[in-house]
Amino acid sequence: MAEEVVLLDFWPSPFGMRVRIALAEKGIKYEYKEEDLKNKSALLLQMNPVHKKIPVLIHNGKPVCESLIQVQYIDEVWHHKSPLLPSDPYQRAIARFWADFVDKKIYDLGRKVWTTKGEEQEAAKKEFIESLKLLEGELGDKPYFGGENLGYVDVVLVPFYSWFYAYEKCGNFSIEAECPKLIAWAKRCMQKESVSKSLPDREKVYGFVLQLKKAFGIE
Amino acid sequence: MEEENKVTLHGTWRSPYAKRVELALKLKAIPFEYVEEDLNNKSPLLLKYNPVYKKVPVLVHNGKPIAESLCIIEYIDETWKNSPQLLPEDRYKRAKVRFWTSFIHQQLYETMLTAMKAAGEAQEKAIKELWEKLQVLEEGMKDIFLNGTPSIISNGSMGILEIVMCSLLGPYKLQEEVLGIKIIDPEKTPLIFSWLEAINELPLVKETAPPSEKTIALLKFVRENALKSSSA
Repeated sequence: MAEEVVLLDFWPSPFGMRVRIALAEKGIKYEYKEEDLKNKSALLLQMNPVHKKIPVLIHNGKPVCESLIQVQYIDEVWHHKSPLLPSDPYQRAIARFWADFVDKKIYDLGRKVWTTKGEEQEAAKKEFIESLKLLEGELGDKPYFGGENLGYVDVVLVPFYSWFYAYEKCGNFSIEAECPKLIAWAKRCMQKESVSKSLPDREKVYGFVLQLKKAFGIE
Repeated sequence: MEEENKVTLHGTWRSPYAKRVELALKLKAIPFEYVEEDLNNKSPLLLKYNPVYKKVPVLVHNGKPIAESLCIIEYIDETWKNSPQLLPEDRYKRAKVRFWTSFIHQQLYETMLTAMKAAGEAQEKAIKELWEKLQVLEEGMKDIFLNGTPSIISNGSMGILEIVMCSLLGPYKLQEEVLGIKIIDPEKTPLIFSWLEAINELPLVKETAPPSEKTIALLKFVRENALKSSSA
């Protein structure tokens, strides 16, 4: 039976990027559907009635929602190629822990960096860098979080690299100066086609952020 | 070697997250050592085992620590393959169970906590939101289970969904008493109501529940503390 895979997505979404990378790593052919979040499609509302959010992965007509769940699903279904999660249960638990850490910290703190000013922004920048440093610690001397190859945590974290430039411009700081090892890791990931083709251009993301700031009335 | 397969759980009776891990271990009949942590005076071991969050629960297996209750439960399920299986074998069903576990864990927990800690208008808003989310879960049950009947009712099996439901809403009658508001209405959310009834009937759940007075005292303390600091 031919596998039918559809991804409902929105180009700047780091959550959508995770799924794009996972699908590319596995060499899975799929149909990409760009959603207009101001005018959500009937399909999106039908496939994700609970949250009405992207990304939504539709496999043979059945929806899977939430990016971490989608990446794990893809890894489990197409398990014979480019495994993302380690085979050892303990290593898997550690990978899930750090993926959860990224979800708890990076998106919200990053968002605070570009939507706030003054003391609030300084606090967000500080915690953002601290979180990245913890991730650097976990990476250690490995080329990737997954070891010799791209793994689950790499896929979960690297999409935010496309937003770093926007955070830096809005927050007036350099992430590379504080976390050189992490930036080196990100550039290493970008050498892979599955990553480089899944992440948008950083200037485009910055342009999008400026548009949002204007729309929300944020200076 | 006695050290082989040594399992230790660092938790506190006050933590619903620690309760989840306790339930998972007991469901699988895994022998473990329990360390009750004083959150105002955390043990050096806890700080060593969970340097990132410094929180409970932490599971230590053969000297290797794991934090975050849901990560721990998946680890337990993958390492001890005896029955009951806490997550489904089928990958699609597993994705669905993970989705609803995440919904209960993030959405219901957060809203419940807000309702517990707020008063007046803020509380009314939180409770309204809680009811709305319970309705979403009620609908979701028809998606998760055949005919909306949880497996605990059809064959007595408890999995990760029952574990998170139990740790959050198991004591709902006590929560209702403290808040003075009905949370689980058998008319509005009949599937959730019967689900919780079945969960609370399990001998394991009854055994592991702290005495009602203790739970009520804790809930009142959490509420009063929060109200005090928000009005300070």
